[in-house]
Amino acid sequence: MFRNTYDSDNTVFSPQGRLHQVEYALEAVKQGSAAVGLRSKTHSILLALKRSTGELASYQQKMFRIDDHVGIAIAGLTSDARVLSNFMRQQAMSSKMAFNRPVPVNRLVSAIADKAQVNTQEYGRRPYGVGFLVIGQDQSGPHLYEFSPSGNSYEYYAMSIGARSQSAKTYLEKHYESFADCSLEDLIKHGLHALRETLQQDKDLNVNNTSVGIVGPPSKHEKTTSVNFRILEGETIQPFLDTMIPKDAPEAAAASEAAPAASTDEDVQMAE
Amino acid sequence: MDHFPMNWGRPRNDALDAYGTYPIAQRPYNGPTDAFSAGVQHTQQPIVTGTSVLAIKYKDGIMMAADNLASYGSLARFKDIQRLHPVGTNTVIGAGGDMSDFQYIQNFLDQLMIEEFTEQDGHSLGPSEIHEYLSRVMYARRSKMNPLWNSLIVGGFKDGKRFLSYVDLLGTTYSASTLATGYGSYIAQPLLRKAVEGNEDTLTEDEAVKIIEQSMKVLYYRDARSLNKYQIAKITADGVIVSESRSAETQWSFAEGIRGYGAQTQ
Amino acid sequence: MPDMVALSRQQPQERQFNPYSENGGTILAISGADFSVIAGDTRQSEGYSIQTRYAPKVFRLTDKAVLAVNGFAADGNMFVKQVRQRLEWYRHAHAKDMPLRAIARLIQTMLYARRFFPYYVYNILGGIEDDGSGAVYSFDPVGSYERESCRAAGAAQSLVQPFLDNQIYFKNQVPQPGMTHPKHLPLGTVGDGLEMFVVLAKGSPLYGLENFDGVQEMTSTHEGERIFVVRRNLKRD
Repeated sequence: MFRNTYDSDNTVFSPQGRLHQVEYALEAVKQGSAAVGLRSKTHSILLALKRSTGELASYQQKMFRIDDHVGIAIAGLTSDARVLSNFMRQQAMSSKMAFNRPVPVNRLVSAIADKAQVNTQEYGRRPYGVGFLVIGQDQSGPHLYEFSPSGNSYEYYAMSIGARSQSAKTYLEKHYESFADCSLEDLIKHGLHALRETLQQDKDLNVNNTSVGIVGPPSKHEKTTSVNFRILEGETIQPFLDTMIPKDAPEAAAASEAAPAASTDEDVQMAE
Repeated sequence: MDHFPMNWGRPRNDALDAYGTYPIAQRPYNGPTDAFSAGVQHTQQPIVTGTSVLAIKYKDGIMMAADNLASYGSLARFKDIQRLHPVGTNTVIGAGGDMSDFQYIQNFLDQLMIEEFTEQDGHSLGPSEIHEYLSRVMYARRSKMNPLWNSLIVGGFKDGKRFLSYVDLLGTTYSASTLATGYGSYIAQPLLRKAVEGNEDTLTEDEAVKIIEQSMKVLYYRDARSLNKYQIAKITADGVIVSESRSAETQWSFAEGIRGYGAQTQ
Repeated sequence: MPDMVALSRQQPQERQFNPYSENGGTILAISGADFSVIAGDTRQSEGYSIQTRYAPKVFRLTDKAVLAVNGFAADGNMFVKQVRQRLEWYRHAHAKDMPLRAIARLIQTMLYARRFFPYYVYNILGGIEDDGSGAVYSFDPVGSYERESCRAAGAAQSLVQPFLDNQIYFKNQVPQPGMTHPKHLPLGTVGDGLEMFVVLAKGSPLYGLENFDGVQEMTSTHEGERIFVVRRNLKRD
């Protein structure tokens, strides 16, 4: 573990003009298992890798429903995510109560970004240790945003956060131009391929360690007719996993070559 | 209670804001605003009042009308008051009842629209959102036994859809293809319903104006708190237009022979 | 000066803002073995004026709960809005809809919380219980409630309730010798409303509902409870 002189208080700049505590918070996001988000003209989707502490334990919760039209995937401290998602739910309900309008997704993201910024500047606070991918649909169509503890938020065509997310990002950067016109099934397939890049060599995606979040019209594999945000877990994602091209197939192999080698301290299994 | 709905649903104290995630400066303050607030009186009756507002749906959107009078009891006190107020680019609210309360409503709605505009994110408040917000404020004020003493009609046109709805000092809301407040709900509403119901999608602008003119004329004949000087607002896909003041042709010769109606000396 | 005497005897008059109104209308609900029907007219009025002919007072809360509210419309709409927000928080916390009996208790506590400034609203909650049985709960404005087989409330309560007592509870009816009254009525004989929600338990047959005039299904899948809406026009007097 390294240490800096100017890292004990988040309100103090280092001589290089950096806020070390904020940067450590960004590291906390990288400790969490990966989440991937993609957007087409009709859909926004999230995919996340769930960790388990062991054979006897359940898998962690990686996705939260905020409102009918918004959902998030998280990487980092789950407890911080619960605080922020609680806040987002309140904002969404406040908008419903005051205006009978689903809260615009960008305002929801700005609201939590502003909260995170306060924590980087106010005395006696600490930054949130969690990053979000936020998907949602409003008057201006489907959206995908990234939120990070530094108080930044950006809109993306496709994005990944969390452990080894650079590998997924590399995959997404290679394919994102095709996403806009993708069907939901193809979009999820791309998402699964990207998510797979964050795994260790001997691990694979399965119905237990994968979550899928969707906003937009249902797929043929779904039983619902709803266009609202929904989380697919367990057996319901098997049909989507079946569409994946196996890792050793030539196309998939090419993608993983581009990914930088991962460090050894990251594992699908959570550290003790 | 805080009657501004923007603060609703947000934590007010430590019991609810369990995580203390709100910076203190941003937490809504819900206590008394000054030490003497208990001695402050609430509105028990309207003082300077406006009378009816009429509104109908027609082919291209919504048409509304209200006269320019603000009465002080039975005195025709102010004769150039505008009671149709555009809010944003596709909504008009028309008000009867207390005019000072209405001006307060105009102020906070204008403020709200400025805040919305300042977001600069392509989202805007349309007629249905404005009506919902207004009804939350009206209901919250009645629940504090301190009502805003108005009957309001919200008319608008957004995304190809007409919107017409009512809200009053009790927070009661409803919508229909014709609406009228105050005296107009007794005198004009039957005329409007007869002319409009079932014809909302075929009535032309000229026909709509004729129906409104006719109803305003009848109201002027019958309503002692009305003025033969009124404005018409139309809200269509092209936006909001509030007309210059106009008046109806009236004929009072019949009144000469009627005791109590005209200026008889005997 | 007799006039002066009369004046001085006058009590001081206090004018007070009346925060309530009564917006008319009638609601009604009937439950059977595996269904529940909740109906209400859609007229909203004040005094002799009809404000609108379409202001629904029957609201779908979940896939198996429907709430009808009658009385002061502003209170009613606000109350439904608040119940819905509480149900949304329950969904966030538990990832499922609140069971009917829990919604009934929730409504009681929400009504009683305003015991000294009540919602001037008579509530009737209908739906399907967790055990699959049809249920109706009726409330007074401050939260007293009970589970019943049928209940009417509102302007025509005094006309409708005796009819229901006779037709549903078989009051003043004598069964044929050697026969007993049925425990529950079949759906087919349960009336016809102006805006009527029919909630069917999981796996329940349709009882001929599909041939009903003006029926529309509100549920998105056919695997769970099913909710149908029937809309009829009032006499336009």
